[in-house]
Amino acid sequence: MRPLKVLIAKPGLDGHDRGAKVVAQALRDAGMEVIYTGLKRNPEEIVAGAVQEDVDVVGLSILSGAHTLLCERVVRGLRAAGAGGIKVAVGGTIPQADVATLQAAGAWAVFPTGTPLPAIIAAFQQLGRVLDPAAAR
Amino acid sequence: MAKEKKITDVVLHSGIPVKPVYGPGDLAGFDPARELGAPGEYPFTRGIHPEMYRARAWTMRQYVGFGTPGETNGRFKYLMSHGQDALNVAFDLPTQLGLDSDDPRAAGEVGRVGMAIDSLADMEEAFDGIAADRVSVSFTINSVAAIIQAMYMVVAEKQGIGWDRIVTTPQNDILKEFVARGTWVYPVEPSLRLVADLAEFCARRAPRVNPISVCGYHIREAGCTPAQEMAYGLAIVAAYTELLLRRGLDVDDFAPRLSFNFTCWGKIFEEVAKFRAGRRLYARMMKERFGARNPKSMMFRSLIGGGGSAFTVQEPENNIVRGAYLALTAALSGAQTMALPTYDEAYTIPSSRAQLIALRTMQICAEESGVADTVDPLGGSYYVEALTTEMEQKILEEMAHVETLGGIIEAVKSGAIQAEVARQAYLFEQKLLSGEIPKVGVNRHVAPDAESQGRDLELYRVDPRAAEAQLAKLERLRGERDPRAVSRALSRLRDEARGPGNLMEPILDAVRAYATLGEMAGALKDVFGEHKEPVRF
Repeated sequence: MRPLKVLIAKPGLDGHDRGAKVVAQALRDAGMEVIYTGLKRNPEEIVAGAVQEDVDVVGLSILSGAHTLLCERVVRGLRAAGAGGIKVAVGGTIPQADVATLQAAGAWAVFPTGTPLPAIIAAFQQLGRVLDPAAAR
Repeated sequence: MAKEKKITDVVLHSGIPVKPVYGPGDLAGFDPARELGAPGEYPFTRGIHPEMYRARAWTMRQYVGFGTPGETNGRFKYLMSHGQDALNVAFDLPTQLGLDSDDPRAAGEVGRVGMAIDSLADMEEAFDGIAADRVSVSFTINSVAAIIQAMYMVVAEKQGIGWDRIVTTPQNDILKEFVARGTWVYPVEPSLRLVADLAEFCARRAPRVNPISVCGYHIREAGCTPAQEMAYGLAIVAAYTELLLRRGLDVDDFAPRLSFNFTCWGKIFEEVAKFRAGRRLYARMMKERFGARNPKSMMFRSLIGGGGSAFTVQEPENNIVRGAYLALTAALSGAQTMALPTYDEAYTIPSSRAQLIALRTMQICAEESGVADTVDPLGGSYYVEALTTEMEQKILEEMAHVETLGGIIEAVKSGAIQAEVARQAYLFEQKLLSGEIPKVGVNRHVAPDAESQGRDLELYRVDPRAAEAQLAKLERLRGERDPRAVSRALSRLRDEARGPGNLMEPILDAVRAYATLGEMAGALKDVFGEHKEPVRF
């Protein structure tokens, strides 16, 4: 079975990476292949990185409130690069009211502050089973 | 029904086990004269002033700033009219990173997490009607602290107030930005030069400015333990001290104005012990290692703030109660200045109601609770004195570990400290998950309707017109100023950045010419380049 490959990314200017690094470590411990971009990557760099590394999921961590704009840009960029199959997850200080907006913008999953870590891991594992049906048996 | 009494193990976040009972035996060999001294006397374990809050309550300084300089000016005046006596300014991310509001990278971030400052004109508006010699102001700014401080100095100049009368605290602690908060711009060495340029200039020309506020706070928020927070903070202040000594300053020329910004969430007595041990260690370090003679150079002057990490999304009103414990802890820890997170912090930029509750919490603590009646009321407690000694050992161990990584500057360059902090954050999360670290509403006493909570909070909505107004103002400025004066000032800044001299004068000149923040920061970037992050997790 192929492990799920994930790019954890910090788009925009926000420098708070505790959540991103905790999730990165947790997904790695759950057997996934995890790459972390480091801070302040622009959407174009994130898209290029995701395509180059051929990841299954891009996880965006945003605590500055600029999540809607940044998520839209990454989703659009992936589609433009012919990589619309790469799923986009968004985590951070996201008001409940914005969850639907992000989903409408093309986010596969949204994890607002307070989401338990096991719930995030489970969502990724579920996705792994969907992407790799052999592993589900 | 017979109940079995079970003693469970308790281990503090810093790794120190706690006994069920402490007594005289735990203080065997403890010499109060040497380890404590009197309050206000070396080694300042019990506090840096002889009468502490009996003489003067702590300063209350909520962190405020959002939208345009005009909006922030309004909130400053609101808090001052309710008894807040000092300002603590939040800047938006483009400002913190030296980008103008019309920079493409600033899209969506203008005025969002703090106020936008593009030029002297904005600073003039933010402090309109606030006399620079009547209020003390701290700026949460690091990479471009020299520029923001220069802007404020020119505002004072225009108000006719001498630099010797202004009291500001630019945060100016770039090392912790590399470790935790991420608003770095330039590589480590030129970043350190800017820290020292500002500190040196203020020591010589603006002696009431507190030119560096060393922050353990953000490193702790990023995940480290309380002992590490103090250890890294002390290692960082030692690094800055060495830098300034190499500039030819005497330690007593600048050390009296160094200050600290630490958090105090977690376990009350562990935090109190952390600060008591930290004061003792700092005093000894400044005296014995750096040769300070002025007692003020040995005083750990602290802003003790809450730490939003203590607060939960679940049942947000519970955070008001947590805030009261934070205030109590900060008071028992001997804070000079206090700031509390607001109960809605996990959701939004604080509402004015939440800000007022935080301010009232500090006022109730200071004026009603009695905690301010006498100095260091926990001094002499078997537990607190034993724990203070144990924390001191832990902090020293962590400082020794930093030395094995090549010292704090090398450890920051290699990313070793960042990796350790991330590892601790993950360990902490696992302890929350296992319930080893209890959190009401999160891993125990979870409310059945937890999912629907917080829906009635007043969320701060960014008004898109605020960013538009900021952009229009910037465009107007670019049209109205003397372009030749600006370009002359920027060339001079670039030239001097190539040499070894202090950059404050050329920055002040560029500010006076209404060069924008982005232009000044960009001129420095032309010479210094940009930091490349060592990505490790």
